[in-house]
Amino acid sequence: MIMPWIRRITTRAAPARMLDDFFIRGLLAGLGLAVVAGPLGSFVVWRRMAYFGDATAHAAILGVAISLAFGVSIYLGTLATAMAMAVTVSALVSRGQAMDTMLGVLAHSALAVGLVGVSFVPSARTDLTSFLFGDILTVGRPDLALIWGGAALVLALLVWRWQRLVTATLNEELAMAAGIDPRIERLVLSISLAVVVALSIRVVGSLLISAMLIVPAAAARGLSRTPEAMAAAAALIAAGAVAAGLWFSLRLDTPAGPSIVVAAATFFVLSQVFRRG
Amino acid sequence: MSALIEARDLTIWRPGTKEPVLSHVDFRIDPGEVVTVVGPNGSGKSTLVRALLGHMPLAGGQVVRQAGLRIGYVPQRVQLDTAMPMNVRRFLSLPRRIDAAAASAILARTGVEGLERRPLSQLSGGQFQRVLLASALLHDPHLLVLDEPTQGLDQPGLVAFYKLIDEVRRQTGAAVLLVSHDLLVVMRSSDRVICLNGHVCCEGSPRQVSSAPEYRALFGGGAEGMLALYRHDHDHDHDHAVDQAHHHPRGASPDA
Repeated sequence: MIMPWIRRITTRAAPARMLDDFFIRGLLAGLGLAVVAGPLGSFVVWRRMAYFGDATAHAAILGVAISLAFGVSIYLGTLATAMAMAVTVSALVSRGQAMDTMLGVLAHSALAVGLVGVSFVPSARTDLTSFLFGDILTVGRPDLALIWGGAALVLALLVWRWQRLVTATLNEELAMAAGIDPRIERLVLSISLAVVVALSIRVVGSLLISAMLIVPAAAARGLSRTPEAMAAAAALIAAGAVAAGLWFSLRLDTPAGPSIVVAAATFFVLSQVFRRG
Repeated sequence: MSALIEARDLTIWRPGTKEPVLSHVDFRIDPGEVVTVVGPNGSGKSTLVRALLGHMPLAGGQVVRQAGLRIGYVPQRVQLDTAMPMNVRRFLSLPRRIDAAAASAILARTGVEGLERRPLSQLSGGQFQRVLLASALLHDPHLLVLDEPTQGLDQPGLVAFYKLIDEVRRQTGAAVLLVSHDLLVVMRSSDRVICLNGHVCCEGSPRQVSSAPEYRALFGGGAEGMLALYRHDHDHDHDHAVDQAHHHPRGASPDA
């Protein structure tokens, strides 16, 4: 009578322990990203930089191709291309180009060039989807250290410049009158964005990082009265989405990255229903 | 007395071109003075203001600002994106944080007391301009720069707003640089009027400018009517009652 129970427990126990481990690592990686995606995503929403995020994230695929071809760290390659794209785009913005079209051209070209580039690297062809959609459950300890280190760095940068960033985002003329150079603040955000894109390539992948930036911040908008409240709420919602998404992914055997974004989207819908005012 | 800001032979090009927006403009404003810049759309009024504040590259000439000059600035057409949640209290703490007492005191001074927790997006046009003015008045400016501060306000609203600026100036002794095309109302309280159209067309006391042929040429037949109104207003001081009547509902609006 007892035997089947015992057998079931023991057969589940060994994988369960392993499961816990990679699940916990994935969860920690996702939470590290969520903490910085909330505030940074708020700026993306405030400045209507959604397409900018896309362009930077899509450039990361090009970075993957380059890293694999030259055998350097994926993080390094994606950081370099994301940074190059971010700086290019913010230079174009400063020169007052018509951004919608320009960003569309840049974003999709970068993605296409990256995909073509990856096809030349045989080892990358097989796990292309893991770069597009992330592979959070294969995150190792070094990844974890990088993600938390990078997230802490970007968060420190945002906190340090917070008043200036918020003022320049609210109104550039008021910022200039207070001695703030809006171009520098724009650059700070562009660089932060590039770093976060590079960090998130393993977690949610380059196609979904924009979603991680925008969806929690959009959900937080209706619940907040001040920029700080919105940034904090966005981080909390992103963290909740990571936890809920991973849990569902594990229970229903769905892909982790998209499940996290689905959870975030669900929070967004709920926030619209329970909107303040 | 040394000028707060002095510009000599200022020439500024339209960004990215060599087409002058302003050419060979001289300008100065002294402590406590109220100077109004009038001119048609596209005459370079806002460009002049930005150049004086040091926000524009100069193609020629120079701008000298007094050392340690504190400027309170209300830019033209401040349109705040509703994407960022921002209430009045938080707005006043940008970019320098201020305490609650200072915030409520400055709001009381501009006639919008008690609005601390109201989101900026829910303010009326008049309330919003008063909040912007409050923010410009923090940190005791020597010079208040107001670029078209009454855009979007109705007639009673703008009369009340200029009255407030007058009050503020009397209390603080700050100089005021005003850009406007509310010719009639503005000119009355100015020490000096500069009529701008890419260059300085004419300059002087309100009375001198409004009778100058350059001014009439610039503002056409309407200027004659303006002038008549201007004199009329000076003969009879009955606008005080109008101010009172319209000031009340704007100043103390009921909480939503």
